[in-house]
Amino acid sequence: MKAESFRIGTGAGFSADRLDPAVDLARRGDLDAIVFECLGERTLASGLLEKRSDPALGYNRLLETRMRAVLPLCRAGNTCLITNMGAANPLAAGKAVVDIARELGLPGMRVAVVTGDDATHLLGKDTHLIEPNCALQDFEHRMIGANAYLGTEGIVAALKQKANVVITGRVADPSLFLAPLQHFFQWEYDDWARAGAGTMIGHVMECAAQVTGGYFADPGYKNVEDIAFVGFPIAEVQHNGTAVITKLPGTGGCVDPRTVKEQLLYEIHDPAQYLTPDVTADFSWARVDSTGKDRVSISGARGRERPQELKVTVAFAGGFVGEAEISYAGPGAQRRASLAGEIIAERLRQVHGVQTAPRLDLIGVSSVHGTAGQTMTDSEDVRLRCAMRTSAREEAETLLWEVESLLCCGPAGGGGYRGYIRPSILTYSTLVDRSRISPILDVFDV
Amino acid sequence: MTHRATLRKIAHARAGDKGNRSNVSVFAYDPKHYPVLVDQITPERLQQTFGALFTGQIQRYLLPQLHGLNLVLDEALEGGVNESLNLDSHGKSWSFLILGLEVDLP
Repeated sequence: MKAESFRIGTGAGFSADRLDPAVDLARRGDLDAIVFECLGERTLASGLLEKRSDPALGYNRLLETRMRAVLPLCRAGNTCLITNMGAANPLAAGKAVVDIARELGLPGMRVAVVTGDDATHLLGKDTHLIEPNCALQDFEHRMIGANAYLGTEGIVAALKQKANVVITGRVADPSLFLAPLQHFFQWEYDDWARAGAGTMIGHVMECAAQVTGGYFADPGYKNVEDIAFVGFPIAEVQHNGTAVITKLPGTGGCVDPRTVKEQLLYEIHDPAQYLTPDVTADFSWARVDSTGKDRVSISGARGRERPQELKVTVAFAGGFVGEAEISYAGPGAQRRASLAGEIIAERLRQVHGVQTAPRLDLIGVSSVHGTAGQTMTDSEDVRLRCAMRTSAREEAETLLWEVESLLCCGPAGGGGYRGYIRPSILTYSTLVDRSRISPILDVFDV
Repeated sequence: MTHRATLRKIAHARAGDKGNRSNVSVFAYDPKHYPVLVDQITPERLQQTFGALFTGQIQRYLLPQLHGLNLVLDEALEGGVNESLNLDSHGKSWSFLILGLEVDLP
């Protein structure tokens, strides 16, 4: 049994995450592996659309920037880099990484690409979509693509072949972390207890700064030091599946039981049943203990057999969202902004025949918590926001036009008009038996 | 003697989303306040107070060793990122909606 620990860091917790904390980790972290988790459901769908317009695109737009910054450091530190930045086009991403490694003079590097997550061909007319609760053929929107959540197998296979860089498309986020642990400690895939432990580590790590003091500060209640320079996390993992979560000395932020507990339950439903392609993980017995400044040990995760079915995200083109805003401030701001909203609703209906009423928010009075009944009554700095979802782009353009026309025709003192139209992407889930999905591995040498 | 305070004074929270389902975890800073969460941050109270937003079933999971609980709120995101026109379509700020509740402290 190995005695030494495995040091794994997070280089990104979402597609647009910062670069400098990742470079710092690659340079000073003395890491065995660094994981860049960059793939949300919508990010992948956007990638599918990009790939459709240009077959060379569809992977993370920051891939090249990140690789140029960290590849030489990873090479020097013998740190394996694992990332889902391949998004909708992992092979093109892999080739881009090989080109960059050549350009940077890093011969002998091995880049592995894991695909096999594309599940579009496995869907049929009667495939059941879970949330709209209907068959695919009864759903009115145009499908963009479907991707299954792969587990650790493909990444472990790549590491067995001594890959220095592993690029994937859709892989379950915690699997990006569990895979190098399974490989290093030689945990069997059906060692459910270890899989549960490694999944808990991956889950706590996958959002990067969200466990080191990011997304945490509440001045006066939860103060965070030097938050502008928050460091990204490191997990020091032991063979038995326990870990210490920490960060580099000299970085901002904090790792304490509060930051770790918040992240432990982030986007979790039943803590006793966290389903991934690798395991049914159980965090309900988790222990979170401070072991020093910016050091927290996590232990107590359990695991049961993995689910037989894999989750597949199906993306659809969902028309457009139009949003337009205008500000009113000073005495009577709230009444003038309300009046402006009434004008918009009335004109959309009567002049333009738009059937759906727009959503109207009074930012500063009642907006994000408006539906919950929360209202501030004495605001004198109010921004009217009008929003609508529509399958017809012209309707969204009409909304923007009407709000802009308030500048001359609306209540007194309106200013600061802005308007935006963006395409809307819908994502829903279905399940596919795991026997129908297999990871595919391609290996390229620099 | 009891006194009232906002939940934010004794607890911290984080919200996450999956589809049209939100989850908000709430943790007591001091273990002695964990029973306050258990007794007063109940699904019934959330439904009563924020029923217009939290329109579905509310499930609560207790994590005594972490002095916290996980609230799982079905149909609580105005349709979620697919449908919601709320600026905060992920419901990230639901954590502070709940932290604004008042509680009785022993």
